[in-house]
Order: sequence, then structure tokens, then C-alpha cells
Amino acid sequence: MIAIIDYGVGNIFSLCSSFGAIGEEAVLTGDPAVVRSADKLILPGVGAFEDAARKLRESGLWDVVVEETAKGKPLLGICLGMQLLFEESHEYGVHRGLGLIPGKVVPIADEVPAGTKIPHIGWNGMHFPKDKPVSPLFDGLEEGDCVYFVHSYYASGCEADTIAITEYFAELTAAVAKGNVYGTQFHPEKSGDIGLRILKNFAQM
Amino acid sequence: MITKHIIPCLDVKNGRVVKGVNFAGLADVSSPVSLAKYYSDNGADELVFYDITASAEGRALFSDILTEVARTVYIPLTVGGGINTVADFDRVLKCGADKVSVNSGAIANPDLIREASRIYGDQCVVLSCDIKRVDGQFRLFAKGGRVDTGLDAIEWIKRGEANGAGEIVVNSIDTDGVKKGFDIEMLKAVSDAVSVPIIASGGAGCAEDFVDLFRAIPTMDAGLAASIFHFGEVQISDLKKLLADNGIPARQIRSKK
Repeated sequence: MIAIIDYGVGNIFSLCSSFGAIGEEAVLTGDPAVVRSADKLILPGVGAFEDAARKLRESGLWDVVVEETAKGKPLLGICLGMQLLFEESHEYGVHRGLGLIPGKVVPIADEVPAGTKIPHIGWNGMHFPKDKPVSPLFDGLEEGDCVYFVHSYYASGCEADTIAITEYFAELTAAVAKGNVYGTQFHPEKSGDIGLRILKNFAQM
Repeated sequence: MITKHIIPCLDVKNGRVVKGVNFAGLADVSSPVSLAKYYSDNGADELVFYDITASAEGRALFSDILTEVARTVYIPLTVGGGINTVADFDRVLKCGADKVSVNSGAIANPDLIREASRIYGDQCVVLSCDIKRVDGQFRLFAKGGRVDTGLDAIEWIKRGEANGAGEIVVNSIDTDGVKKGFDIEMLKAVSDAVSVPIIASGGAGCAEDFVDLFRAIPTMDAGLAASIFHFGEVQISDLKKLLADNGIPARQIRSKK
């Protein structure tokens, strides 16, 4: 069973129903006991980093996520949930993240030419690093397949763990993996058949 | 490269899609769920649903239908029509909408955009505008394009952006239904005034009109249309190929394995 961690952020209707669409059992839960009993974890998130980090702490699930992933349980962070995996974020101040993957979250605006539209919203292609094998998260996918992004910040300094980038007037981190911890900056639950395939790949790990 | 979005728009009344839809192979051509699936499978990048129901019963029916659509297709969904309060945002977001489009509701209550964007984020709030040339000015119209508000549309859109609208839909009343192409002049004027994504609407008569749009205004983000898609005059998959052949980035649907 997959636990979708409910800590009070974001619109997770589609994420919850997408597992039904691919025939996988997933429950939305904020109960630490249920999270601990799950086989795999999904950390969703929409909104501001500081607020989400605070809610995750207050829910008592911060330590649960750290402890369960340390045991080797697969975790997939999505969008802001992916950003929370890093050491710190520079969104309105500096805030500490879960520290499961080295790197920091910084404004896209710092990387792209002045006048570039922010947030980066829409369907954009994924490109896999040439110097490593394609991640099992992307089984059945092809270089250039499009996924749906909505974000104003991105993960930087995580090249060693990057499994996909996207091009938006600069190279932005699209997905990361370090051992059993995965993250996608894009929304697989809004990325059509390609996104559902990614969720299926994660569910079957 | 980020791709240009192609967006079919569906008007829903009492839970059914209005305006005749003509597709071979679709058993129920007025079912929002079947149509959403059809468009999603054929490469639509996003779907827009306008609830044109007036009654409370119709509203409830729309909520049920929207929930069903959101359980069936996994692409971004935008919902508009009858959005007057933050409670209306809440209602459609809980049914699985990703973005909410406001039009007359924002004209009646200019604080609506600010309130909603604070709660749900800018990316959730779409400002939709019906615009017509009056006395040499781009004039904002309300109530489905029937009422001249007297407001300068460009100023209104700038204000909307400042208040937190994350996207702007520009529907030209002058070109709507004429099928001779998008209103490049009007869209250019809006494009020069704001820096949030803009969705062009009104006037598409053939696939080439989308090529002309993205060529004339390379920063334009999306093209929206209704009847040419509904009547099968333009297949979205063909349109996507045409865009790619013309060097315009577009998401192609791979055949299923």
C-alpha cells in the first residue's frame, strides 16, 4: 500500500485518483502509524516552502518521513514535495528541508534572462543525463517526453542525483533520485499517460 | 523548450456539453466525460470547462460531472462560469479543477482575484476577458460579452495581473465566430502590457491560424478554440504536427504501446 502523506497542503484530488486509474492501492493519510505501515510514500505539496515545512513538522510527520526513508522505504516527492527533500530552500528567506538529497532550492529568476515568464508553467520535455543509465522511474519513457510543470523555484547543486532536466531558458532540474528517495519537480498526476506511467513505475519498485 | 498549449473549450449546461459536437466513434457526444477523454487522448494540453448553467440544480450536476472528468483525465483542468466568490473557487477545486477562470465575477468584485490568489496561489487564478473595439479603444465587456463595462481592457488586465491573476484569457469579440484567424493586433497589445502567460481565444477557423498566431507573437503561450475542435474540422493531433513542422514547439502524443 502507498501512503500519500496528508499534511494539509495543496490540491491532491488528482494525485489520489490517479492511483486508482493505474490499479494501485493508495491512501491519503496524516496518521504516522499508517505512514509507517505503508510500503511506499508519496510526499505531495503545492504552495510556499516555509509554510509546507512548518505544516510537515507540526503534523509530526517530518521525523516519520526521515526515519522510514532511512530504513530504505521508497519515497516520491512531487513538486514542492520534491523541493522539501533538499537541504535548504531560498524561497523568502532560508529554510531547512528534509536533507535527504544534497542541494538547495533557488529562484528560477536567478538563472534565466530578465523578462522570462515566471512561474515556469506548462508542458515541457524531459532530458535524461547522458552519463548515467536512465532511472527505473522512467521505464518505458523516451527522451523528450513532455510533462507538466508549475514552479517558480528549482533545485540546484544536485547534479550527482539528477535523473532528468528540462530546458526553460536554462537547464532546470526536473527529477532527482538518491537511493530509495525520488523527486519530480513536475506533476505526474497532471502529465497524461506519461505521468501515469511514472507513478506506475514508482508503485512497482 | 516549453511547448505551446492547445486548449479545447467546452460549454456545459445541466451537466451536458452544449453546441453540437460531431465525432465519429463517440457514442455520447454531449457527455463531458467522454469528450474530455477524447481530447486528452488526442493531444489536448489542457481542458477548459465553462459552466453556463443558471440553476442551483445545474451547478450541483456540474460539480458531479467535473469530479468524474477529473477522475478520468490526468491533464490540467480549468473551470469557469459562475465564479463570483472564494467559495466558488473552493467548490470547483474540491471537484478536481486545477485552475479557476473568473470573468464577470471579477468585474463585480475586483477584490476576488486578490483574495483567491492569496489562498490558492497565482497559478490557480485565470482572468478571462471578453474584449471588443469601441471608439478606437480595447473595451472590456461583461456578462458573456453582452454588456460594455466602459473599462479599458488593457488597464483592466494590468490590474488583474497586479492583483495576482496567473494567466490571462483574451477573447476577442471582434473575431469570435468569424473563423478568419485570431485577433493578432489585440493579442499583441495585451502581450506587450503584461508578463504572465496569455491564452488567445476567438477566431480560429483552421489549423494554419494557430501557426500564424505563434509566428506573429512568439511569446504567446496558448491557443483556445471550441467549434473547430468539436466539429472535427481540426484534429488536435494534426494541429500539433503542423506546429512542429513549422518549428513551433508542441507536445506530440505517442501512439500507445
